[in-house]
Amino acid sequence: MPTLVSHPDEVRVISRRFGQGAADIDKYLELDGYKAVQKSLDQGAEWIINEMKASGLRGRGGAGFPTGMKWSFVPKQSEKPKYVLVNGDESEPGTCKDHVIFLHDPHAVVEGTIIAGLAIGAKMGFIYLRGEYRYLLKIVEKAVADAYAKGFLGKNIFGREGVDFDIVTQSGAGAYEVGEESALMESLEGKRGVPRIKPPFPAVVGLYGGPTVINNAETIANVPHILLMGGPEYAKLGTERNGGTRLFGISGHVERPGVYELPMGYSLRKAIYEVAGGIKGGKQLKAVVPGGSSCPVLKADEIDVGLDFDQMAKAGTMLGSGGIVVLDETVSIVEFALRTIRFYQHESCGWCIPCREGTDWLKKTLTRFHAGAGNKKDIDNIQYLAENMMGRTFCPLGDAAAMPTLGFIKKFRSEFEEYLEGKRVDTPLIQIQPYGEPELAGAH
Amino acid sequence: MAAISNSIFSPATAARFDYLVTIYPVQRSALVPMLLYAQDDIGYVSDEVVAEIAKRLDLLELDVRNVLSYYSMLRTKPAGKYNVQVCTNISCMLRGGFELLDHCKHKLGIGHKGVTEDGLFSLEEVECIGACCWAPAVQVNYDFHENLTPAKIDQVLEDYAAGRGTDVK
Repeated sequence: MPTLVSHPDEVRVISRRFGQGAADIDKYLELDGYKAVQKSLDQGAEWIINEMKASGLRGRGGAGFPTGMKWSFVPKQSEKPKYVLVNGDESEPGTCKDHVIFLHDPHAVVEGTIIAGLAIGAKMGFIYLRGEYRYLLKIVEKAVADAYAKGFLGKNIFGREGVDFDIVTQSGAGAYEVGEESALMESLEGKRGVPRIKPPFPAVVGLYGGPTVINNAETIANVPHILLMGGPEYAKLGTERNGGTRLFGISGHVERPGVYELPMGYSLRKAIYEVAGGIKGGKQLKAVVPGGSSCPVLKADEIDVGLDFDQMAKAGTMLGSGGIVVLDETVSIVEFALRTIRFYQHESCGWCIPCREGTDWLKKTLTRFHAGAGNKKDIDNIQYLAENMMGRTFCPLGDAAAMPTLGFIKKFRSEFEEYLEGKRVDTPLIQIQPYGEPELAGAH
Repeated sequence: MAAISNSIFSPATAARFDYLVTIYPVQRSALVPMLLYAQDDIGYVSDEVVAEIAKRLDLLELDVRNVLSYYSMLRTKPAGKYNVQVCTNISCMLRGGFELLDHCKHKLGIGHKGVTEDGLFSLEEVECIGACCWAPAVQVNYDFHENLTPAKIDQVLEDYAAGRGTDVK
């Protein structure tokens, strides 16, 4: 069971009910549960969207698109049914925040889904969890069943004549790519999770061809809180154009790893050194991957930056999914880069050539480099490959592989060069000849 | 589609499938979860599983195989009763994921995707399982085991071997 952590600097909005047994519907009701949806039923769609716009909430999946604006793009009239799709396919390495939400506050996701449905005029929502989260799926399934039993879902919800809303929970079966919104829709339609070309955007042509709002689970779980406290109040907790708070998962070489709720714009340095207790074992910081493995790395002297979408972009990286991975001085960047690219090579769906071939060549080159058979030209080749993947694929997976690679090469080029000169880690973590497998078979 | 007579699945799984095909706007949406639940029931996605799911969803077997080959959790041959999945992605790597994998390989005497002779355990190196803040983490079937060390994973494996391990389905 994931351990809960806390720190005095935390501002608890979305994590307010964590650890209080709110997976139980009666406990959730006791803690102001399902009040926001009833308020929404009274106030109507326009009010919901205006509050969401005022809250400054930006998508917590990684792209940071303003939620209220996303909802307002859905056409009011539509021949085809509209849908709400909750993305709980959390798979970005370094990210485990939705894990905690599903575990501790599944009804917030259910309530948020209903509210999103009311805002866009949908009668059906889907909550999609990655296949590995089976025990969490069971928790969410129970939450949905309990909500049906109370009359909060189904026909005439909360006793309102003619207001219907259904939720279907869905399990994936192992695929990072399905976290991309159009691939998620493909998977939910029973297909391979390959991305769709955009436009049209999901708000116009989405699931089953109907207008669809797709939001990250954390985004959706924030909605009831925002509507209860008021959009402007929520906005005030964060920085300009970055409303509210966010769950940050701090992992790697820190003393107190965990999922912490911090205001947007909070100092990255303080998050590492104060909230997470500093570098493990008193070692020196080497680098930080600030928002999941697809974000370009920051060096130890680049961490005086606020954790919001705009400040991180200005620092040349991304806030991403809020998964802060901390590396101490002992980490070999060559090895870390190889492990990162091995993931993207494994997860590329193969639909677009620059991503399919690019990740594979990056992996091959880095594997050889890491094994000690690299040459100086490889460093330029890695950069060239990554630069030629950027922006040339249907979905952002190609970029997600290229961006960190470019970051490692640009910021730690000297380390790659020294690696060639023989300055390597004593015991490589990634084994060159894996045990129990044919020589050079590789782990994946 | 009408319920299938002589289903290869357990009555509970068959009943679940009868229900699943009714809840979506488009029946095919049940395919991905059905493949996973079928695997939980039978142990892997066999030819017979593909055939019955195709029939239930009124799809070509080719359609089913096409989807089956995409998802990394789905397998077409048996794994051990307890499938030990060690994450070595970045957060786990930094806190000993590779040492843990190496330890499991030697302890079980098998490599990546190997199965022990008695069929009790199989081993897999997996990508991020969403337990980064409690790294290093391992999933045994669907159960998470976190903040592990070689000594702790020994205990976990012993518990499973003795039939004491948790196994959520």
